[in-house]
Amino acid sequence: MRAFADLFDRLDATTSTRSKVSAIADYLAAVPARDAGWAVFLLSGRRLKRLVGAAELRQWIREYTGLADWLFESAYAHVGDLAETTTLLLARREVAGRELELPLATLIEAHLLPLRGADEGTRKHKVMTLWQDLPLEQQFVFNKIITGAFRVGVSQRLLIRALHQACGIDETVLAHRLMGQWDPGAAFYERLVAADDGEADIARPYPFFLASPMPEDAGELGDPAQWIAEWKWDGIRAQVVRRGGQCFIWSRGEELMVGRFPEVEAAAGRLPDGTVIDGELLAWRDDAPLPFALLQQRIGRKSPGATTLAKAPVRLMAYDLLEAEGQDLRTLPLVQRRQRLAELLAGRDDMLLSTTVAAGDWQGYAALREQARGRATEGLMLKRRDSTYQVGRKRGDWWKWKVTPQTLDAILIYARAGHGRRSNLFTDYTFAVYDGDELVPVAKAYSGLTDAEIAELDRWIRGHTRERFGPVRAVEPTWVFELAFEGIHPSPRHKSGLALRFPRISRWRRDLGLADADRLEDLQRLLATPT
Amino acid sequence: MTAAADLIILDDHGLYCPLGDFHVDPWRRVPRAVITHGHGDHARPGMGHYWAEQSSLPILRKRLGRYAPLEGLAYGQQVRFGDVKVSLHPAGHILGSAQVRVEHGERVWVISGDFKRDADPTCAAFEVVPCDTFITEATFAYPVYRWPLARDVAGEIHAWWQHCAEAGRPAVLFSYALGKAQRILAELTHHTDQAVLLHGAMVDLVRIYREAGVDMLPTTPVADLGRKTSFAGRLILAPPSAAGSKWLRRFKNAETGFASGWMQIRGNRRRRGYDRGFVISDHADWDSLIRTIEECGARQVLATHGDTEILVRHLLERGLEAKPLRAPYGDEEDAGGDQGPD
Repeated sequence: MRAFADLFDRLDATTSTRSKVSAIADYLAAVPARDAGWAVFLLSGRRLKRLVGAAELRQWIREYTGLADWLFESAYAHVGDLAETTTLLLARREVAGRELELPLATLIEAHLLPLRGADEGTRKHKVMTLWQDLPLEQQFVFNKIITGAFRVGVSQRLLIRALHQACGIDETVLAHRLMGQWDPGAAFYERLVAADDGEADIARPYPFFLASPMPEDAGELGDPAQWIAEWKWDGIRAQVVRRGGQCFIWSRGEELMVGRFPEVEAAAGRLPDGTVIDGELLAWRDDAPLPFALLQQRIGRKSPGATTLAKAPVRLMAYDLLEAEGQDLRTLPLVQRRQRLAELLAGRDDMLLSTTVAAGDWQGYAALREQARGRATEGLMLKRRDSTYQVGRKRGDWWKWKVTPQTLDAILIYARAGHGRRSNLFTDYTFAVYDGDELVPVAKAYSGLTDAEIAELDRWIRGHTRERFGPVRAVEPTWVFELAFEGIHPSPRHKSGLALRFPRISRWRRDLGLADADRLEDLQRLLATPT
Repeated sequence: MTAAADLIILDDHGLYCPLGDFHVDPWRRVPRAVITHGHGDHARPGMGHYWAEQSSLPILRKRLGRYAPLEGLAYGQQVRFGDVKVSLHPAGHILGSAQVRVEHGERVWVISGDFKRDADPTCAAFEVVPCDTFITEATFAYPVYRWPLARDVAGEIHAWWQHCAEAGRPAVLFSYALGKAQRILAELTHHTDQAVLLHGAMVDLVRIYREAGVDMLPTTPVADLGRKTSFAGRLILAPPSAAGSKWLRRFKNAETGFASGWMQIRGNRRRRGYDRGFVISDHADWDSLIRTIEECGARQVLATHGDTEILVRHLLERGLEAKPLRAPYGDEEDAGGDQGPD
C-alpha cells in the first residue's frame, strides 16, 4: 500500500502527462503482478462497489472523532470530498503506531472485499481498525478506495500509455484487453501484459472510436467527396457483440447492459456468429425515433416489463461493422465496412441501418444540418470515406456537427458548492423562470462560466445569500443567464412541468434585468412546437 | 451586556471604542487608528494618526508612505485614550503583529487581529492575554484545518526544490509577500544555505525583516540577474498575483507551488493548477482558535472574519456567549485570488 500511496502522491503532484505516465509505468514495473492488477483496476476508474455506505461512513467518522453532526457536515460541505474530509479529521486523533503495511492486493482481497455483505458491526470494526492502523499518509488513498471514488486525473489513454511503457505491448491490444469485465489479480495482470494474445474473451467489445466536435469551418475538411454524412442520432451509443452463440450489448462506458434491451438482444441473436456492430440505441416506433425521454425510462430498468417495452420499444441504429465472420474489420476503409453492414442487414426490420445523406458541397451539408432538429436528430456525423475504426477520441476522421443549441434566459435562484476541484466554490446553480409572479426552477447547470466568472459569482453569492438549506443557498434573484440546451420535454416530476436536455450556461447576461428573462409560457410554447 | 456598555462596537468605519474614541484597523478614514499589523486589509492609508507596535513601523511606512503619522509602541506599553487604557501584545502573526488590549474600569477586551500559535522565528510568540471579551479572527474555523510543523513543511519545500533541480527545472513558489515569504526563508535555513531568488514585491520586505534581525536564507532579486540567466534548479519566491503573469514566463519549464493554509484542501490546489501545495499559514488553525479562547478566559467571543458562523455555533454549544461581528477584513494573506472574504 505504501507504494500505491506514493504513486498517488506522484500523480497528484504533477499536471504533466509525461510525468504521470512515467510514475505509473515505474510503479507497475516495481510491484508484484497481483498489486499491479488492482492498481490497473483502480486507475482505470473501476470501483469496489458496495463495501460501505457513504451515510454509515459519515456516522463512523463522527463517532471516531467525537465531532457534532452539524460540525462534521459543515466541514464536509467545506472540503467537498468525503474521503478527504475523513482523512483530515482522522489526523485529529493522535494514535501511536499507525504503521501497518499491507500490499495493495492484500488490503483489498483480505480486508475489503469480505466487507461486502458483512453485518454493520463487522464493517465498522474493520474500517475503524484500519483508520487506527494504516499510516496517515496512506489514509487518503484508503478512504478513496472504500468510498468508491478513486479518481486521480488518469484517463484510460494515459493508463494505456503507461502500460505500454511498462511492458511494451501495443497500445491497441492493451486497450482491447482492458475492455469489458475482468477480475483483477495476478492472472489478469499477467494476461494483460502477455506477449501473445491467447483465447479472446467472447464477450469482449472493441474500444469505441469517438468523433470530435467539428471545427468552426467545415471547409477545412477539404473535398466533400472524401466524406460521407449520416444523421447524428440522439440515443445511447452501443456495441452489439454476437459470438459463441451469445449476445452482449455494451455501453460506451464499457458497461454490459444484459437484460435491459431484450428486443435488441433478440435481434442480435439472429445475426451470424462472429459479428460486432457499432450503433445507437434509440426508442423507435414505425419510421421515427421517439423522444429521448422515453429512452431514458428504459435506461434505469434492469429488466423492463411488458408495459414499458410496449411504451418505449428500442432498436439498434447500426452504423459500423467491426467484426464479421470472426474477423476484425477495423482496418478496412469505412465504405467497405458500411457495404458489408448493409449486406448483413438487408431485408431485416429488427435492426436499422443508419443511412447516409448526401450534398454536393459544404453549404449543402450545412443546410442539411439545419434540418436535423426536424428529424429528431442532433445534427450530422461526418466520416472520412476511407477511415479505419480507431481507438478513443482521435481527431481527423470522424466529426460530429451538432445543430446550434436552443437557448433561454433564466434567473439564478440557488447555488451550492461543487466537489473535487470546485469544492468550497459555489459552482452548481439552479435557474428559474417566472410563472406569473412565482419563480419556478427549470434547470440546473454546472458548466459554461470561466474561472474568473465563477470566482466573481461565488463572492456575490456569499454576500447575497437570503436563506440556507443545508449546503444550498437561496440568493436574491438578480442575475440573468443565457442557458443553452438540446431539447425540451414534458416532465410531471418537475414543478415547471418540463425538463431541459443538457442545459449549460452560455453567457452571463449582465445586460438583462429580471423582466427581460424568459417566462414559463415561452418555454411551454417551445414544448408545443414539434422539434 | 447592553450595546452602550460595549468597549468595542462595529461602526461603518471599523471596530470602534466609544469610550476612548479610537478605531482598531479601520477601513475608512478616522482620526485615531490603532493598527494590529501591516497587512493591507488591516493597515489602510488616510488615518489622522496611527499607533502600532514599533517593529511594524518600517512595514507601515512602506505601505502608508514615509510621512504617515505613526507612533510606535512597545509590546506591553500602556497608552491612555481618555479613561481607556490600551496596550499591544504579541499576536504571532507576522513581524510586529499585535493583539489590542482595551481596559476600562474592571473590564478588559482583547482584539486578536490575525494571530497564530505555531512557532515562527520571524516574530514574537503569541501571548495569552486574560480578558472578558475576545474579538477573534476565524479565517480557518473548521476542524479540518490543523497545521503541520512549519519546519517540516519547509523540509517538503526543500525536497521539492531539490527534485526540480535534479530535473533541471526552476521551482516557483507563490506565497504572500509579507510574513509568509520571510517565514519560509527563515525555516529553510534548517535545510540549506543556498540563495533564493525574489520577485520585486518581496525585496524591500525581506530587507526590513533582515534589519529587524531575522535570520533568513540569502536572497537575490530576480531583477538583478541578466537576461540570459538560467533559472534551472533555482527556487523563486513570488506573490500569488504573479501567477499567470508575463513576468513568470522567463522561468521556462518551471514547476509551481503555493504556500498557504488553503492548500490543506486538495480541491483548492487542483483548481488553481499548482503542481504542489504546501500547508503553511500565519493564521490560527481550529485547535488553536479553541485553545486560545479557553486560555484567555473570555466569557464572550466575537468573531470578525472568516468562517464566523461555524466558530460561533461551536462556542455557543460549549456554553460561551458568542456572536459574529462581521468586519470586512479580506483574508489578504492567504487568499491568493478566489477565496472571498467569507
